Amino acid sequence: MYAHTVKSRIADVIIWVLLLAFTLSCLIPLVNLVAISFSDNAAASANMVSIFPVNPTFSSYEKLLSDTQFWRSFMISVERVVLGLLVNMVLMILTAYPLSKSSKQFRGQKIYMNLVIFAMLFSGGLIPTFMVVKELHLLDSIWALILPGAVPIGNVILLMNAFRAVPKSLEEAAKIDGASQWRILARIYLPVVKPTLATVALFTIVGHWNDYFGALVYISKTMNYPLQTYIQQLSVEVQNITDPEKLMELAKISNKTLNAAKIVVSTLPLLLIYPFMQKYFVSGIVVGSVKE
Amino acid sequence: MKNKKDQTAFHFMLAPSMIFLIIFSFIPMFGIVMAFQNYIPAKGITGSSWVGLDNFKFMLQIPDSKQIFANTIIIAVWKIIVGTIVSIVFALLLNEIRVRFAKRFMQTVVYLPNFLSWAILATVVMNIFSYEGPVNAVLSWFGIDPVLFMASNTWFRPMLVLTDVWKGFGYGSIIYLASLTAIDPGLYEAASIDGANRFKKLWYVTLPGLMPTILLVTTLNLPNVLNAGFDQIFNLYNPLVYQTADIIDTYVYRVGLVERQYSLGTTVGLLRSVVGIILILSANKLAQKLTDYRIF
Repeated sequence: MYAHTVKSRIADVIIWVLLLAFTLSCLIPLVNLVAISFSDNAAASANMVSIFPVNPTFSSYEKLLSDTQFWRSFMISVERVVLGLLVNMVLMILTAYPLSKSSKQFRGQKIYMNLVIFAMLFSGGLIPTFMVVKELHLLDSIWALILPGAVPIGNVILLMNAFRAVPKSLEEAAKIDGASQWRILARIYLPVVKPTLATVALFTIVGHWNDYFGALVYISKTMNYPLQTYIQQLSVEVQNITDPEKLMELAKISNKTLNAAKIVVSTLPLLLIYPFMQKYFVSGIVVGSVKE
Repeated sequence: MKNKKDQTAFHFMLAPSMIFLIIFSFIPMFGIVMAFQNYIPAKGITGSSWVGLDNFKFMLQIPDSKQIFANTIIIAVWKIIVGTIVSIVFALLLNEIRVRFAKRFMQTVVYLPNFLSWAILATVVMNIFSYEGPVNAVLSWFGIDPVLFMASNTWFRPMLVLTDVWKGFGYGSIIYLASLTAIDPGLYEAASIDGANRFKKLWYVTLPGLMPTILLVTTLNLPNVLNAGFDQIFNLYNPLVYQTADIIDTYVYRVGLVERQYSLGTTVGLLRSVVGIILILSANKLAQKLTDYRIF
């Protein structure tokens, strides 16, 4: 509809060039990482790798296979995602459903709502929370990574809004048939809000998989670190050296290709679910933010 | 009769999460009294001595605190401004093309970095901007001396803004793309009939149509001026750039947990929480007033 004038064509070219620049800026660093992981270490250390591997080899992946700590951390992360998802989803649904009722239908609604909002707005902060976890003897256990964030309030609000959008008549029909609230929730509300459930589930999975900080605070044995904390530690030692010369030296001897392989493998699970995620998180964000 | 059964069911449903919230949200709130104590771990909260507002006075005296508050706000404001503009520009550019496959592909790629953690991306960023990395290699073609981007107080902040915007602009553009599709096509037709060219349509139809969303998102971003991005800075910084990169959250972590100055850490954290609430509540009010939207 535009392509008639020369001016419009020039504009088209500029638009395409800019969009390509944006896209490549997101793509190239990740492709480069993969290329490094498949290159030989000498070439990688000399910064000769761009988007194709130099002297392609699987050696860093072979080395990675025998890194028991990496796989241990990997399994801890998997365990955390599974347990965390279970706890978060159950609590999210059970919190969001009653809160989605009007205060006429559920007399305590306002009080609970205020408590939840208050918990969202105000917190004791890092240090007092740490002390509570310590008092409960949860330090160094996987539950320290899951229980403090058991009720993700942001997602509860998202789910609550989805429950509110369900037509009232569905519930009334079920009530006439004598269904209890538990049954109404399980049989009517949950199936209807499936897209929102998928969205919050995906946010939860990504959140647990990506979190490195919880373990840094609550886990003292390096052995028990989940994957992201393990990865994070790779760069920490380099970070705390302030002498630029030493920094460069360290960068040279550090095993660049092996680190790249570790990062690629730890990103892989996310990349595998990403295509399925996209349609859900896009609709989830739109539902959550644009209201008519 | 039946209604009573419903009430009981609702209370039962809420019970587990209330227990968790009490343990992990409300009980820690009492820990805030540490801000008014000279807290000594061996003595505990009940045994430590009360010092009134001494911690707050001390906090205001140390030069560090002015620096970290300034850093936090400067970094966060730059991120919000640049991030919003880049997201909007990207959405507008993408909206101009009609090749569906290309559109889909570009969206998929630019959303991706948002889902990777800073623990991972920090390594990528440090690689690219390292002393012997690709960016410095390109600079050297133009005869520019290599720069230690991640260890220079001049460069670190711009790097933070750049990499944060890079990570988030795709994801941030989703909401703008959604509201672009909601603009009435009749407006464009009318503009065409009036002889508007492409740029004029952008200026007089698209941008005004986008305005409510821009306003809303910016308002909801307001509380983030105290949130300059712990994950990112924590993973990228080093003692050389504390001066320009240390923010409230990283400071509380270092002073409170690493150096074990619990009282000072709590004091700084408390101030942050209080200002944070004021900002969130004002943003909620403002959003309600301007766009009829409420967060809660």
